[in-house]
Amino acid sequence: MHDIANMASNFISLDAVNITYLFLVGFVGGLVSGFIGSGGAFVLTPGMMSLGVPGLVAVASNMCHKFPKALVGSLKRAKYGQVDVKLGIVLGISAEAGVLYGAHIQENIKKAFGDAGSNLYVSVAFVVILAVVGGFVLRDAWKTFKSGNSQEEEKITKLARWVQSINIPGTMVYFKSLNARISVLFTIPLGFATGMLAATIAVGGFIGVPAMIYVLGAPSLMASATELVIAFVMGLGGSFKYAMHGLVDIRLAMIILGGSLFGIQLGAIGTTYVKPFMIKVVMGIIMVIVLFSRGLMVPVYLSQLGLIQALDVTTVKLLKSTSFIIMIAALMIGAFIVLKAMWQGRRAERMTAQEAFETAKI
Amino acid sequence: MASSNQKTRKKPYGALLVMGLLSAGLYIFLLLNQASLNKYFAMGGVYAFLPIATAFIFSYVHGSFTGNFWTILGIEASKKKKEVK
Repeated sequence: MHDIANMASNFISLDAVNITYLFLVGFVGGLVSGFIGSGGAFVLTPGMMSLGVPGLVAVASNMCHKFPKALVGSLKRAKYGQVDVKLGIVLGISAEAGVLYGAHIQENIKKAFGDAGSNLYVSVAFVVILAVVGGFVLRDAWKTFKSGNSQEEEKITKLARWVQSINIPGTMVYFKSLNARISVLFTIPLGFATGMLAATIAVGGFIGVPAMIYVLGAPSLMASATELVIAFVMGLGGSFKYAMHGLVDIRLAMIILGGSLFGIQLGAIGTTYVKPFMIKVVMGIIMVIVLFSRGLMVPVYLSQLGLIQALDVTTVKLLKSTSFIIMIAALMIGAFIVLKAMWQGRRAERMTAQEAFETAKI
Repeated sequence: MASSNQKTRKKPYGALLVMGLLSAGLYIFLLLNQASLNKYFAMGGVYAFLPIATAFIFSYVHGSFTGNFWTILGIEASKKKKEVK
């Protein structure tokens, strides 16, 4: 209880600038989340920490804004028929286990190697996973764009066809997003990996969405919408865990939520105007840019651990600021693409309606 | 035809106003009572229900407000592809 009392005194004082900053970052994060199902958290947590919020309080408060945001986003996208609630809950349960295990690994690394070791682990996880998955997603989006088939229905991968062909009696469940019965055993490692990534880099969707698309065979729009259900399940459990220890700063969580609920509604509306491959474009671009941002921090942590020559203070500062700016740029670029695609989609629809009206008059 | 339907459809001004006022009230309460809220919300244990319940209340009230906000501005989902197959 003493720890808790100390933690309460660690809650920062808020002024108009802080509130506006959190609201705006929340808005942009929400916009991207509404569109690709996740994102924003990788900027929000360091963003809060830059205001002086202790790391654990930042993670807890981010989590506590994430589940109500995901709830609103998934309800909105369910109206457009994009959500597979059953798949989201099934993946969400194993993701919850992944979150707990991921947090446990983090604690052990921190105990053994200190803060620098823990940060290095997070940054290396960012770089490796985002390079492999982000590179793959972006390559796939590029291939679709180049082939000129972006209007066509998405084809499922060979791997997804294989997963859908396997019959393990007693474990088969029908999922509407896949329009097929698959063994729930396949969903367990995918959900678990999503949760582990969420516990490590705060954005489980960078595994969850590509896994649903490429391993299970879900369409991009449904995968990104279903990710919001997973985020809700994971976020609710995670928030409760942190709240039990008194770590949630409700003011931070609700101010970010204030901005992100404007953003998530807009992002969700945006999905109804774009071609499905745009989900992959936005996700892939954000992932690849974030990977560079985190990659810049690797030498800093390596030098702190004494694994390479020590870096001077100016270099460390420069690398830290550049890394944070690139991360914000990733989110802003993602938001720009979403808004542009939405604007173009709306304009095309208006023009078609106008033409139809003119034709009807003639 | 579609555009004329859009023009005649009633916009949710009343709901926007009610939810907007409620949302503003919640945020004003939150910011005016920061010290006492922090004290209780950080007590942990069974008090963990406080932040969770607060998040649900804000998501309902502010979520309804923001949804209506974009509708009033005329930013709504595409009429063409509401369903994903």
